[in-house]
Amino acid sequence: MKNNKLFKYLSLVPVSIYVILLIALPLIYIFILSFLTNDYYGGIKIFPTLMNYINIFDMVYLKVFFKSFLIALVSTFICICIAYPFVIFISKKEARVKSTLMTLVMLPFLTNSLIRTYGWIVLLRRTGIINTFLQNIHLTENPISFMYNNFGIILGMVYTLLPFMILPLFSSVDKINKSVIEASYDLGASKIQTFFKVIVPQTKTGLFNGSLMVFIPSIGYFFIADLLGGGKLMLIGNLIKNQFLTARNWPFGAAISITLLLITFLLVKLYQKIGGKLDDLGGF
Amino acid sequence: MKKKHYENIIIFLTFIFLFLPIIVLVIYSFNSSKMNIVFEGFTLNWYKELFNNKELLEAFFNTIFIAVISTITSTVIGTLAAIGLHKYDFKGKKLLDKLLYIPIVIPEIVLGISLLSIYTLFKLELGIFTILLSHIAFSIPYVIVSVRSVLNELGTKTEEAAYDLGANNFEAFFYVTLPSIASGVKSGALLAFTLSLDDVVISYFTAGPGSNTLPLKIYSMIKTGVTPDVYALTSLLLLFIFVILLISTLRQLRKLKKVSLS
Repeated sequence: MKNNKLFKYLSLVPVSIYVILLIALPLIYIFILSFLTNDYYGGIKIFPTLMNYINIFDMVYLKVFFKSFLIALVSTFICICIAYPFVIFISKKEARVKSTLMTLVMLPFLTNSLIRTYGWIVLLRRTGIINTFLQNIHLTENPISFMYNNFGIILGMVYTLLPFMILPLFSSVDKINKSVIEASYDLGASKIQTFFKVIVPQTKTGLFNGSLMVFIPSIGYFFIADLLGGGKLMLIGNLIKNQFLTARNWPFGAAISITLLLITFLLVKLYQKIGGKLDDLGGF
Repeated sequence: MKKKHYENIIIFLTFIFLFLPIIVLVIYSFNSSKMNIVFEGFTLNWYKELFNNKELLEAFFNTIFIAVISTITSTVIGTLAAIGLHKYDFKGKKLLDKLLYIPIVIPEIVLGISLLSIYTLFKLELGIFTILLSHIAFSIPYVIVSVRSVLNELGTKTEEAAYDLGANNFEAFFYVTLPSIASGVKSGALLAFTLSLDDVVISYFTAGPGSNTLPLKIYSMIKTGVTPDVYALTSLLLLFIFVILLISTLRQLRKLKKVSLS
């Protein structure tokens, strides 16, 4: 019996220490920090205030929030448009082909996402491969600006986060009973009707799941805005990064982070409300 | 028949999109020109250069080191935790369960800055160790979720049988539970390894000024242009992964053949 108690401790003590020290404590600390005052030398004064939250409502920062959410929303929508046909067609393949193709979707992740983003720079810049090609076939005389603008950022987000849409959407599309789709055709529904009236309602948790896994990270991926946006456009991620590393106003950075956290929790609650399970998030 | 074609083309194009920047980097790792505009001629020079670039190699080994150690640690802690949470009821279990999802759902940048803040509070020196700790922190929940999904399907019957036959918890764990959840443990470990290799945001915040890992090294090179020896390194890494995937696929095929023959 002593043996059994030992196993209980061995399995639960490490994870408890981990949750307390590396999840709960850091978040509580950030929460407290967001109510403290910054002093001019980058330090923190123990002077409670709500100013950090009030400051977010400055027009400059509201614009950053708005732009950031807009880009996240557009990226999520494009990911949905690419992922849906892709996973529907793959789900029709035989089991072994399916699992091989899904492994291939994850493969790019084994090279760092920064390297892959740089690959896009090589392709997209004014002297890059695509522009050189377009000029050589005389489709355009002057190089086209594919990056250092919103297009570049959205492309980078869609590219980096697409697999996170594909995985949960696939596992949800793959579970649909194929005879339901056939029944829909037999009853005279067109492909488009079947998609919107049968497939989408049956895969709505997978769809919401994938949308969360694209929308939330794309708010924070400052490196894509830095690399493909040329640092011109600020996302919430860049704002937080600057407050912590450049402006060294940690309390303000903490307040923005807590705000972002609350929005995230709200979205997750919504996902649970439509029947989504936390264990399925990410769809791995 | 024609319909199938168009579906395959959509699948193919999506894969091209996913692999395009990687293909470009692999091709340009053989380009004799340093400017990646036109392909001037074939060379293996960048591969030679790579082995002379001590800093880049060091960054690579640090990255692999962090990925391997964080994968092992988070897989051990995560697997044990998944079993413990599955088996036992205790006070605060619900809260613990909820907190475990946080690293999966919150934006990485929030996890990154909160870890940075707590390291600074405890005066931990930022460096390889803090990056490693942070990678363990974001990997454990993924391992738990992955192992738990297999545990839920398993049920408790076989384990109970082991107890009835006189096994203690450790024997039941090593001889019964662990072999039957092996697939969940494996996919959890693979996930942890992949997330660690791919990570930029959390490494960026939890690395000190002196620490040298691949994403940090590349970030510092972006302004002046990334040199083709980095492409060579990426290509070698990909080759390595392909070989491993090929071997595991062949082994699976052989297993299937054996089963069908016998």
